[in-house]
Amino acid sequence: MDLGINVVEMLIYLVGIIAFAAGNAAYLVWVERKGAAHIQRRTGPKEVGPYGLLQPLADGAKLMSKQLIIPDGVDKPLFMVAPLIAMVPAIMIFVTIPFSDSIIARDINLGLLMIFAFASVNVLALLLGGWASRNKYAVISAARAVSQNVAYEIPMLIIAITIVMVSGSMNLKEIVDFQAGGFWNWNFLPTNGNFLGPITFVLFFICFMAETNRAPFDLGEAESELIAGFHTEYGSMGFGLFFMGEYANIVIGAALTVILFLGGWYCPFGLTDGIWWFLIKMYLLIWTVVLIRWTYPRVTLWSLLNLSWKILIPFSLFNLLASAGLIKILG
Amino acid sequence: MSSQTASQNKEHFEINLGPQHPATHGVLRVKLLMDGEYVVDAEPVLGYIHRMHELMGENRTWAKYLPNMGRLDYLSALSYNLGYVELVEKMAAIEVPERAEYIRVITTEMNRISSHLLWFGAFVLDLGGFTPLLYAFDDREHILDLLESVTGSRLTYCYFRFGGCSNDVEDEFLTGCLTFIKRLRSRMPMYHNLVTKNVILMQRLEGVGPVSAEMCRKYGATGPVLRGSGINYDVRKNEPYSVYPEFDFDVPVYNECDSMARYMVRMDEMDQCMRIIEQAIAKIPEGPVMAAKVPKMIKPAAGDYYHAVEAARGTFAIRAVSEGKNQAYRMKLRSPTFSNLSLFQEASKGMLLADALAFMGSIDLVIPEIDR
Amino acid sequence: MNKANVIQELKALASEGMPDETEVAPVVEPASPEGDQEAKPKKAAPPEPRKNGLLEVDYAVKGVHVDVQINSENVVRAAEILDRAAMTLEAVTGVDWIKDKELEVVYDYSYTGGECLRIVVRARIPRDEPNIPTVSEVFGGANWHERETFDFFGINFEGHPQLEYLLLPEDCDFHPLLKDFKGC
Repeated sequence: MDLGINVVEMLIYLVGIIAFAAGNAAYLVWVERKGAAHIQRRTGPKEVGPYGLLQPLADGAKLMSKQLIIPDGVDKPLFMVAPLIAMVPAIMIFVTIPFSDSIIARDINLGLLMIFAFASVNVLALLLGGWASRNKYAVISAARAVSQNVAYEIPMLIIAITIVMVSGSMNLKEIVDFQAGGFWNWNFLPTNGNFLGPITFVLFFICFMAETNRAPFDLGEAESELIAGFHTEYGSMGFGLFFMGEYANIVIGAALTVILFLGGWYCPFGLTDGIWWFLIKMYLLIWTVVLIRWTYPRVTLWSLLNLSWKILIPFSLFNLLASAGLIKILG
Repeated sequence: MSSQTASQNKEHFEINLGPQHPATHGVLRVKLLMDGEYVVDAEPVLGYIHRMHELMGENRTWAKYLPNMGRLDYLSALSYNLGYVELVEKMAAIEVPERAEYIRVITTEMNRISSHLLWFGAFVLDLGGFTPLLYAFDDREHILDLLESVTGSRLTYCYFRFGGCSNDVEDEFLTGCLTFIKRLRSRMPMYHNLVTKNVILMQRLEGVGPVSAEMCRKYGATGPVLRGSGINYDVRKNEPYSVYPEFDFDVPVYNECDSMARYMVRMDEMDQCMRIIEQAIAKIPEGPVMAAKVPKMIKPAAGDYYHAVEAARGTFAIRAVSEGKNQAYRMKLRSPTFSNLSLFQEASKGMLLADALAFMGSIDLVIPEIDR
Repeated sequence: MNKANVIQELKALASEGMPDETEVAPVVEPASPEGDQEAKPKKAAPPEPRKNGLLEVDYAVKGVHVDVQINSENVVRAAEILDRAAMTLEAVTGVDWIKDKELEVVYDYSYTGGECLRIVVRARIPRDEPNIPTVSEVFGGANWHERETFDFFGINFEGHPQLEYLLLPEDCDFHPLLKDFKGC
């Protein structure tokens, strides 16, 4: 009996996660396009459905009905597997994310570690996709994406470790519970033991944008330089999976920021806690990301790497030491 | 091939940038020899939309060649119109009424603003910022509407005639120009706040793509590229044509020689264009817009003639050889971007790919004008 | 830049090897503003190859200040003189004088450093042996202009680093601006 209930529960979560990831990916494209249109004083998609709301479905149908073209001379197995590697880890990560006190697929003790473990697989997809395409632009893009992801994973992890030290757990639920009670308890403020809170929050946010290859750090797909980067040679659903993987990663990054810094599902004033607060915060962050994308020009690879190795990493290390010292002294 | 010695190195690889590539704004092809992210050699390959305009000039009458001028640089077509009609007027000694000269200046300067606006948008697009393009297009749309109301076309203008303009402007056009200037003036601070003062943009442009004044001289570069290298040279000032001497305007010059200097030259030039237009509208006299007596068939005296004007991208000059017939014996079009681009190969050596493309954007290419 | 010096040097260059051609009367171009000129265009001067020499022409009519014709082997020296004078090479082009069985190569120089000065240097070469030294060593910008002139006229610029088709397709075998070009 126990097993049966478990299987049903697992199926519900599986379907729910995939639906959530895919639906978010699809509708974030719509949000992005509408947001861009708003910023640029255009209308954006408006033909398919009211306010263009069915546009993502039309786009999906189009992508799925297109022929999957495999160019001559590509490494076929790697070429086929790369989009899957982009999408699957993204879905896996959702397993550990606590959307509220009760809505969590698997409450894993080392949830944060698992997220970072799966998130680092993502770069493999970019590398494989670029490498297998047998296209020089794609190879340059893959090399850029790898150096970028490696560079930004380090400060991101170090900042996350600071949070782990402050809250004393790697369980995401406990990290959120640590911030219960109102926004003054959240980790992005210095009041809760994370003494350099605001700065770590900003650094984490920058790292999150760089990790998800979002503008102004979208060097891997710098259109004016590398055409479409690692997915230049991909069409139909191969491209679609890369695309969905990118948006799923944005959702994950925003969710992680909410969990680590913005008090998860807790209301800012300690009133009606619940999943809605989580979603509100997450989508606000995503909206910020969209705004930034359509405002800033792209940085160069060198300044991007300089930012990471010369500023973010030293500072996050200093932050780690300072927080550890202060916890020892004060706490 | 000039790049053969360099390509012996096995660490290097070649990339074909174009002829279909988002950064080349047309059908330019650049053969890049890369060392990782660094450009070892960049050889532009031209001719993808070569149409042999110079041969057309020998095959048709002087008047029939006029529409070709709108097809060279489609973004500042009126400067090319102006250069050609002034040349033919010089050859055939046709006097142009003053009102027509003023109209020419107003429309040409409006066209120059529209060209610089489009360049501004496309340049920031090269750098990865998408939004300014649409803002610039929004403003440019007003200019196109205004010019359409006068010239009848939106891009490939053929408005000037030998001895004047094809039709007079109405007061609505002049007030429309003033309204537009007011609007653009109010939006320029926004452009500067949004784009010029952006940290990332400054980082991308400052010190990138240095083109020394000496290099400009050796390669014959003109226009904003030359003025961004500290040389105060503008055909409108140095060898005045039309009624430009009557206006008070400055030539923006920057000494930094980098992409930022070229960017700032163009941004400041828009302000100066607005000043010229305002003065011209204030001073525009009444009168005819066509010379009283223009021969139906123009047959200039034999000889060769040279005339240069300041187009949006630099010195546009025509050398016409006449044999006293109703067709040119030889029609040489000296297009500014042809010379400006020719320094790209030398100047881009050792740059990062991203910087090289930013540099290419700062030269402001219009491929039909290079290929002619 | 000393304008008088430059003109002096170019004059010496132009008269080199042809002592009897030094005295060329300055061209008097009729710049009549009246419209009666074009009614009967001047056909008085019979087509005759221009002689070497330096002319100071009327800028208001011709658009250039100085017009020099020199021997084809001297174009590099002319370029060096003008390079020392800090002038810019604006364009290189050709003209096909088929009646004289000659091709003319035209170099347009201008001064961008201040007061306007435009100098045009020309050299005539036989049509069946269109060879002329390259000036791309002196002015890097001449590289493309000479390639373009090679495209259109088939003029062989000796010593050019990369004399290939620039604007025309690399496999074409015609030169469209020659007057005996009949289309392809």
